[in-house]
Amino acid sequence: MAASAAVRSSMGLTLRLSRVIPDCSTCPFHRLKSCVGIVANSLRNRSFDNFQTINRHLQTSIGLYHSEEGTSGAEDSDDVVNVVYVDRSGKRIPIKAKVGDNVLYLAHKHGIELEGACEASLACSTCQVYVSPAHYDKLPEPDEREDDMLDMAPMLQENSRLGCQITLTPELEGMELTLPKVTRNFYVDGHVPKPH
Amino acid sequence: MIHAYVRVCCTFYCQSYGAEGNRSMGVPGEDLAGVYSAKDFVGWYNGLPSCRELSPDLSCETAVVLGQGNVALDVARILLCPLDILKSTDITQLALEALAESKVRRVLIVGRRGPVQVACTIKELREMVNLPDTRPEMVAADFEGVQEAVNDLPRPRKRLTELMLKTAMEVPGEKEQERRKKASRVWGFRFFRSPVEVLSDPDHKRTAGIRLAINMLEGSGESARAVLTGEVEDVTCGLVISSIGYKSLPIDASVPFDSHRAIVPNIMGRVQQATGLYCSGWLKTGPTGVIATTMNNSFDTARSVVEDMDSRRLDVSAGKPGSQSISALLDERGVKPVLFSDWEKIDALETRRGEAIGKPREKLLTVEEMLLEARK
Repeated sequence: MAASAAVRSSMGLTLRLSRVIPDCSTCPFHRLKSCVGIVANSLRNRSFDNFQTINRHLQTSIGLYHSEEGTSGAEDSDDVVNVVYVDRSGKRIPIKAKVGDNVLYLAHKHGIELEGACEASLACSTCQVYVSPAHYDKLPEPDEREDDMLDMAPMLQENSRLGCQITLTPELEGMELTLPKVTRNFYVDGHVPKPH
Repeated sequence: MIHAYVRVCCTFYCQSYGAEGNRSMGVPGEDLAGVYSAKDFVGWYNGLPSCRELSPDLSCETAVVLGQGNVALDVARILLCPLDILKSTDITQLALEALAESKVRRVLIVGRRGPVQVACTIKELREMVNLPDTRPEMVAADFEGVQEAVNDLPRPRKRLTELMLKTAMEVPGEKEQERRKKASRVWGFRFFRSPVEVLSDPDHKRTAGIRLAINMLEGSGESARAVLTGEVEDVTCGLVISSIGYKSLPIDASVPFDSHRAIVPNIMGRVQQATGLYCSGWLKTGPTGVIATTMNNSFDTARSVVEDMDSRRLDVSAGKPGSQSISALLDERGVKPVLFSDWEKIDALETRRGEAIGKPREKLLTVEEMLLEARK
């Protein structure tokens, strides 16, 4: 049971470990009380090399430190923007974010499993989100390169956008970002197979 | 033998090694100097050690690329890309120097079927259309009936076809006309053509041209079939690059392999009649799709593994020795694996070398050099 929970979380774990400072409370090794390494607050500004679990020695390093983007300032001020992520299981996760935050990195910061395979370089569609209709129109028009990548996204909808291209502004207060459920039948040219 | 041992040490074993082989054209003249597989050509400009000595002959004016997928477009783009754009990428210095001397000015990207059947995606097409100092040159007749068919196509195919139509058929505005007039390089799709023979020069040593059979289409859309008309056409060229698909190769005799489809036969990533054996990626589905397709593919395999653990089909209670046992075996055989921390040394060296000349990295081109750095 623990093993299958670990596998289920491993995707999210990989995201957290490879990209941002790990959020220990969501890590299965922490929850299973099998994290032997202590990540001190003083290490937050440096890449840290290793922490140990029961029988694995995991090494991580921080490639991109998104201190400016995707950080939840958490003070109530004029530049707070409240958004809600709805994850693949339907769970609502309200986040107190800041003007200027990037929707993809904000998700990573909070352990939300939004994949960003190409690291915001408009070379994939893995960060696709559905934007709440009231806020969709407030977003600037997508670059044609974003549209090209959206073509590749499974279960594309009218309100689909790439998370890595959305920057928070005050008008987006209350925006809901829903993660698409992963689909099995997905063809690059949009072909939908006939049910049989 | 090592594979069987690894399987015994683990609870589940997933093969995900992709498609490193390539489909061959199967036509006479394929072995002539001047004919390369896209796999080797791409390996050459990307610094794959096994492709280091390819030395492709770039002394001709026209190159023909067979295939119209994203890899074919990548090849065309590298052949025609202005040097000052290339030199700030991580393309190998070897390739950069060869391309600086290249006489190639025209690249034809040839496919068996029509515009609506191209396998490439819009991002790659747009990069060709926007490539500085190049102009498109296509055959208007190839696009007969395409404008009418466009509206019924699904979004990705529709946008791709519209861009192709615009590039091939639309009369450009003044600015674009000027730009095209000044362009020194040309590219274009050629449709309804299949290779039948690579033609040699009088000494029968080098490529001088390619004979293409002319096809017509039976049916429409994805399932349209190319049917020979009996007519052929010869195209003069000195470089032929065949980009008709990658192919997975079997690496482990104990794992079932479908050599006709070149994949490991599976259902949802589970290899049949073999508990604990799975596959993922191109090895599972064949070599098509972009990042999102392959990512979802791997999620599917992971889901199968989790289902098998939950249903007890996979017995996780039996403790398996795992990596410690495999490490012990490697040790015993004097095999010293390259760890991630060793790769980080190679990465750091390549990055430093690149920084000195304004590139993201300058790649090491031999395994010996890589190991030298890794073992430091």
